[in-house]
Amino acid sequence: MTTLTEAPLNDADGLLPSKKKSSGGGLGTYILVRFFLIIPTIFILVTLVFFLMRVIGDPITAAQGGRLPPEALAQRIHEAGYDRPILVQYLEYVGQVATGNFGTTITDRRPVVEMIITFGTATLELAINALIVALLVGIPLGLISAYKRDKAPDAVLRFFAILCYATPVFFAGLLMKLAFSVWLGWLPVAGRASTRTELAMGSLAAPTGIYWLDALRSGNMAAYGDVAAHSVLPALTLGLLTAGVFLRLVRTNVIGTLGKDYVEAGRSRGVSNYRLVTKHAYKPALIPIITVMGLQIALLLGGAVLTESTFEWKGLGYQLVQYLNARDFVAVQGIVVMLAVIVAVTNFIVDVVAALIDPRVRY
Amino acid sequence: MNATKVSGRKQPLFYRLPVISHFRSSVGLQRGMLVTGLVLSVVFLLVAVFAPWIAPYGFAQLSDAAGPFPTQQPPSPAHIWGTTVGGYDVYSRVLWGAQTAAVVIIVAVAMSIFLGVALGLVSGYFGGWLDRLLVVIADAIYAFPSLLLAIVMSIVISHGQSSFWGGIVACSISISVVFVPQYFRVIRAETIRLKAEPYVESAKVVGASSIRIMGRHIFKNATRTLPLIFTLNASEAILTLAGLGFLGFGIEPTSAAEWGYDLNKAIADASSGIWWTGVYPGTAIVLTVLGLTLVGESINDLNDPRLRGRKKAVAGKGGPDSTAGAQTALEAESRVL
Repeated sequence: MTTLTEAPLNDADGLLPSKKKSSGGGLGTYILVRFFLIIPTIFILVTLVFFLMRVIGDPITAAQGGRLPPEALAQRIHEAGYDRPILVQYLEYVGQVATGNFGTTITDRRPVVEMIITFGTATLELAINALIVALLVGIPLGLISAYKRDKAPDAVLRFFAILCYATPVFFAGLLMKLAFSVWLGWLPVAGRASTRTELAMGSLAAPTGIYWLDALRSGNMAAYGDVAAHSVLPALTLGLLTAGVFLRLVRTNVIGTLGKDYVEAGRSRGVSNYRLVTKHAYKPALIPIITVMGLQIALLLGGAVLTESTFEWKGLGYQLVQYLNARDFVAVQGIVVMLAVIVAVTNFIVDVVAALIDPRVRY
Repeated sequence: MNATKVSGRKQPLFYRLPVISHFRSSVGLQRGMLVTGLVLSVVFLLVAVFAPWIAPYGFAQLSDAAGPFPTQQPPSPAHIWGTTVGGYDVYSRVLWGAQTAAVVIIVAVAMSIFLGVALGLVSGYFGGWLDRLLVVIADAIYAFPSLLLAIVMSIVISHGQSSFWGGIVACSISISVVFVPQYFRVIRAETIRLKAEPYVESAKVVGASSIRIMGRHIFKNATRTLPLIFTLNASEAILTLAGLGFLGFGIEPTSAAEWGYDLNKAIADASSGIWWTGVYPGTAIVLTVLGLTLVGESINDLNDPRLRGRKKAVAGKGGPDSTAGAQTALEAESRVL
């Protein structure tokens, strides 16, 4: 189980060839074992969230208490089965989650799965945009930082990375709004698109829900421009947060591999410093980089909640806050469990990718 | 840490204290980072302690002898950083906010260290099914978005909002739920490593009890990395607190000043060009987190001999010449590595 999070952090040196021989498992076994390790992770989080949310009482009283007369309240609690023993409810919930049924929201009576798909696409769009920003900014700057180690550019870049981390996303968002929307007037203040575009997107035949994709498919260039303009600030805000992490990650790992014997051998043969960094040190450093980047998905999702609230980006995070304020704990539980599943599955994919790149990372 | 080992008993205790020994072993840029971080952190702490005396108004004060405060007023002599939409004085609230943040950090980190260290020691020392169970749970929590967990916890504990101490405790517990697994992992790993050391074996042979071995022999050696995690977690605690406040699950504005809450209100102001309600509390967060992170970061680098800049063998004092010394040492180092 410890491999879940510790394997990625293992330095390539840590896994000795002898270990590989003794265990002798192939890639297929590794993927299979790793896949079954997802289940306990999700199971624990479902359990944790379920019991935490139930500590406060049943969801219907929480959402409707005070608004309904006591008899009607009791009636609804009974209908929904919340008056049964907690363990029975728990087992039922686990069974439902296992079959992909997350229940129905209390406030607006929508199936939770449908609600998650509707808003999840918006979050997905934001996350992809932010990831692109983070990669485009973080990796090149990290390489420069490692290349110019302990010189002025490195100091500036490291400071920039710490600043990215130290600035809460909502403050970064606020500053960007002030600068680009209010003072310069270049970009819209909030939202995913203007009302007209949203209507156009909603009337499409088979919408994917990812606006820029829909706009491209329908060939509506005005809508595409509108969507793009709305995406810039949220993507930058969330992307820079992650870019700082990527920068440090690339820097540390490349500096680490730069100390290896084969790099030294290359240097002694007269390979240029630039080539050493970009060719010899970068690729072996990629495995820890990729795995830790995968772990950043949790940071990205957490940041997405704040970014969405800052920019009124109507995704899962924005919706989560709405449901929390409405005390709709069925919906909250569904979203939280869904995010847990996303995190666990991403970590699984990342581990598989790492195993594909490096044959030493196996059982 | 290395410096302590090398210098051994000859150094007086003062020079062996965590931050001071780090300061003495630092040079050039690293010393600059450490000093900047220390200055920012000390200013933060001073403001937190003396907020009641420095701040011109209370954090929830809406009027003074001259009548009620104006709302959304730009900076002026009476309110040097302006007033908010609710009529609070921004300057006073930023100063008081430092106090809230400091209390939450202390409570949250103290709680998580206590729990994390205790669980880590027990889990690492005894092993078995308890160890496996705790590791699985810690890993699951660790992988989960920390802010979401904190939100869920704050809802559970305080139903969203509450009084000063209620809110502080709720926020601290919410934050420590996120941190406990981190301390747990570090301490557990160290404990497992130390368990195999000869001095633990000999303590066992002599007949020392498990509690004594854990408390006396393992605890002291396993907790060396804690100052580092402490500073890093302190900055994360501020960010989580601000995040909770921003989403509206923090402390009520009348119970305490909280930077995240003020920023939440400032988002709406920003659209109409009102910058002073958001920029000041936001900058306060950034500077505080920056200070704590710089301290943690420097300690981390200085603990790792590979990352530490080196002094010239003769350069005893960190004068201006030490930068050049560090440069040559680094170049030598990069050739050796």
